[in-house]
Amino acid sequence: MATLHTVNKSPFATGALLSCIAHAKDGDTVLMIEDGVYGASSGTNVSDALTARAGSVTLCVLGPDFAARGLATDRMLDGIKSVDYAGFVELAASNDRTQAWL
Amino acid sequence: MSEDIKKFLYVNRKAPYGTIYALESLEVVLIGAAFDQDVSLAFLDDGVFQLTKGQDTKEIGVKNFSPTFRALGDYEVTKLFVERESLDERGLSADDLQDIVWEDEDDDYAEKPSIRIISRAEMADIMADQDVILSF
Amino acid sequence: MSYDVNGTTVEHDEEGYITNLGDWTEDLANVIATAEEVDMNDEHWAVVNFLREYYEEYQIAPAVRVLIKSIKKSMGPEIGNNKYMYELFPYGPAKQACKIAGLPKPTGCV
Repeated sequence: MATLHTVNKSPFATGALLSCIAHAKDGDTVLMIEDGVYGASSGTNVSDALTARAGSVTLCVLGPDFAARGLATDRMLDGIKSVDYAGFVELAASNDRTQAWL
Repeated sequence: MSEDIKKFLYVNRKAPYGTIYALESLEVVLIGAAFDQDVSLAFLDDGVFQLTKGQDTKEIGVKNFSPTFRALGDYEVTKLFVERESLDERGLSADDLQDIVWEDEDDDYAEKPSIRIISRAEMADIMADQDVILSF
Repeated sequence: MSYDVNGTTVEHDEEGYITNLGDWTEDLANVIATAEEVDMNDEHWAVVNFLREYYEEYQIAPAVRVLIKSIKKSMGPEIGNNKYMYELFPYGPAKQACKIAGLPKPTGCV
């Protein structure tokens, strides 16, 4: 009984990412998409909060959105998994529900 | 019928007038209420601002839809979960929110409170217990 | 498009709902009712007045099942039932009665 959470806003513009990881349950997946992918960079002011949940929540980023924004893969925060569009569909199908953090 | 009832949660995280999200959510709730599902509303982050009392939009030229929350009981929408931490962060308490009640037809139309103040952990549990989550 | 009420004109949309909710008067209600071929009696007025009070309090026109439930509670089951409401307002108690009451079309009606 797990949830796929999607976050599509930059964590530097809204509190959606932090609120999301504060409400996600162990075993859930958080997928950063669109401007949400800025949250997947290392060395930001949300990195520690994400790293703290990395053991209990699966953290993912939508690779095409990450690449589109010129973010270098070697700058991606440790513990974040990059998925492609097929991976996104797989996550939506394998979880019991999807919750969008707008 | 009963085996078809699903748990729907409408998640409200935006303040009422800066964007259209809050009003759209309320309209979807009212329309969706016709489908006899198990509906709950969640108010967290800036969404808690939707329920404050004393809203007066006369001078900004948009409709004040805060009174409409008080009609939800007529639509059998009787569970409005409000996150305590979100209130605290914004300097609000339960006293700053409207009184919203529903009439229990099976209890001689007794008025019962619709708003339930819950913790962030309880909110996470409620979210994890749904069939469908609609986000606004 | 407009109604004529004793020489004054009141604008309405293509479906007959008035544009400015503040334009409503009982005379206007009678004019709209005539256009709808509804002969207003006390029960029609009770429904129209209920709708106006509901809108004033909650800023929405109630869905038809909410209307009927409320009329049943306030005026009894002989009036507050689906069949009787449709006899009063053949084109739908919410849609047609809201039009006469000068309210917007109820949310969810298409």
